[in-house]
Amino acid sequence: MAKNCWKARCAVADGIARALRGLGQRVTSRIWRLGYASRFFLAILLHSGTALRRLHLTVREIYFTGVLSLIIILVSGLFVGMVLGLQGYDTLQRYGSTEALGVLVSLSLVRELGPVVAALLFASRAGSAITAEIGMMKATEQLSAMEMMAVDPIARVVAPRFWGGVISMPLLAALFSAMGIFGGYLVGVQLIGVDEGSFWSQMQASVDFREDILNGVIKSFVFGIIVSWVAVFEGYDAEPTAEGVSGATTRTVVTSSLAILAADFILTAFMFTGT
Amino acid sequence: MTGVPGVNMSQESLVEIRDLNFTYDERPVLTGINMTIPRGKVVAVMGSSGCGKTTTLRLIGGQLKPTSGTVKVGGQVVHELDAAGLYGLRRRMGMLFQFGALFTDMSVYDNIAFQMREHTDLPEALIRDLVLMKLHAVGLRGAHSLMPAELSGGMARRVALARAIALDPMLIMYDEPFAGLDPISLSIVGELIRKLNDALGASSIVVTHDVQESLKIVDYVYFVSAGKIVAEGTAEEMKHSTVPYVHQFVWGEADGPVPFQYPARPYGEELLESAVRRG
Repeated sequence: MAKNCWKARCAVADGIARALRGLGQRVTSRIWRLGYASRFFLAILLHSGTALRRLHLTVREIYFTGVLSLIIILVSGLFVGMVLGLQGYDTLQRYGSTEALGVLVSLSLVRELGPVVAALLFASRAGSAITAEIGMMKATEQLSAMEMMAVDPIARVVAPRFWGGVISMPLLAALFSAMGIFGGYLVGVQLIGVDEGSFWSQMQASVDFREDILNGVIKSFVFGIIVSWVAVFEGYDAEPTAEGVSGATTRTVVTSSLAILAADFILTAFMFTGT
Repeated sequence: MTGVPGVNMSQESLVEIRDLNFTYDERPVLTGINMTIPRGKVVAVMGSSGCGKTTTLRLIGGQLKPTSGTVKVGGQVVHELDAAGLYGLRRRMGMLFQFGALFTDMSVYDNIAFQMREHTDLPEALIRDLVLMKLHAVGLRGAHSLMPAELSGGMARRVALARAIALDPMLIMYDEPFAGLDPISLSIVGELIRKLNDALGASSIVVTHDVQESLKIVDYVYFVSAGKIVAEGTAEEMKHSTVPYVHQFVWGEADGPVPFQYPARPYGEELLESAVRRG
């Protein structure tokens, strides 16, 4: 009886030890991966000379990541703005201040929704495409071929894609916000009948360039760095198989989306607390 | 004598591999490899899949570092070179990958021009002439505007060959150049390897398991099995070799030193266990 009890205890202790060991291994591997990703980020910065010197490489990536994302960004911006117009009007009319609809729509978009939603869309549309492209280049030995031709893939392939994403992101976020404000105007002014003069003049009076617009641009720039970094890293680090590339693409969307939301909280806490 | 800094062109052998060992995840991949690739010669490294042939090429190209031993190319120890030295050396190497590894977002023309644009300041008109010359050498001048997706397997391999010789390298490495080719393409690629090597005065290393085609074109053969060199000699010597592994390999016998069965427990024992489990 006592022997059985001792065995059961040993089994439980074994199980706990195994679980702890597994947890430790997972944590260690995550930390190691984060370190590797940080070194990779430094390598991108060190090898950015080629991307900036030969600007056509970066411009090409701005086209692929930025211009080709325009449709999804503009359409989403329009609908988000229209929904804000409807919801904002519904709330504001309870307090008799429907003329502040322009302020509500514009501040929501410029400060928060524009950078965040545009970054989330950018991660799904362009981030996943970057990861898949680099991952496939690795799987088909194109990166190895480049190395054997004495051309550094980080300088030639990774850095232009990284900077293309970083430059595109604030521009896309600005267009998202502009389209959203237009959507809010369509619903608020044209559909519901809010006074057009109040809509625009209150917006102009309340939106501060440095406090609101510039902070929004800074946010979208940071999000651009996050999405582009995660996308190029996951592609470069992908296992060179079909499953490996597919897993890397999924990780890009999940990791960068979570990182965007976490960074947004931190940035908002620094930028807008107390205003 | 070329102007490559540090590269000794006066030596008779271009590549010298001495006591090379390479371990991956504590698993020995190559053990005690010694090889010499003389200048102007085509040397084959043969062996079954997974025996360490491609790893040898990657060690010569500096994409992997040996666990011990040395790989010298043009008198330079590859793994001791810094990044700039390694890239300098690679500019004088060409490599054909197993499935071509053509850049899929570039046309055939741009694939060949890639290295010229990256490493030289040649005017575009001259680059065009050089690209068409390389493509003419592999019989695909008319395909210069096609994209890699529009090429057949044999054509892609020939374009990759033209790309490998874009900068007139001193060493050309071929990783399974015959894999998946039809007999006509296979013969064309085989002939091109020999002709281009002789025309450029280069040295070539052909990693392959295609015995019949490669024995027609190579000067010397190394047979690798389980990471060790088990036989070496001229093509003719290999054809008449009595070494069991070489004999099995050259004549394509199903069973021999390389067993048909993957290592497993005795079949009877396993069947019995299944029967017991089923009750």
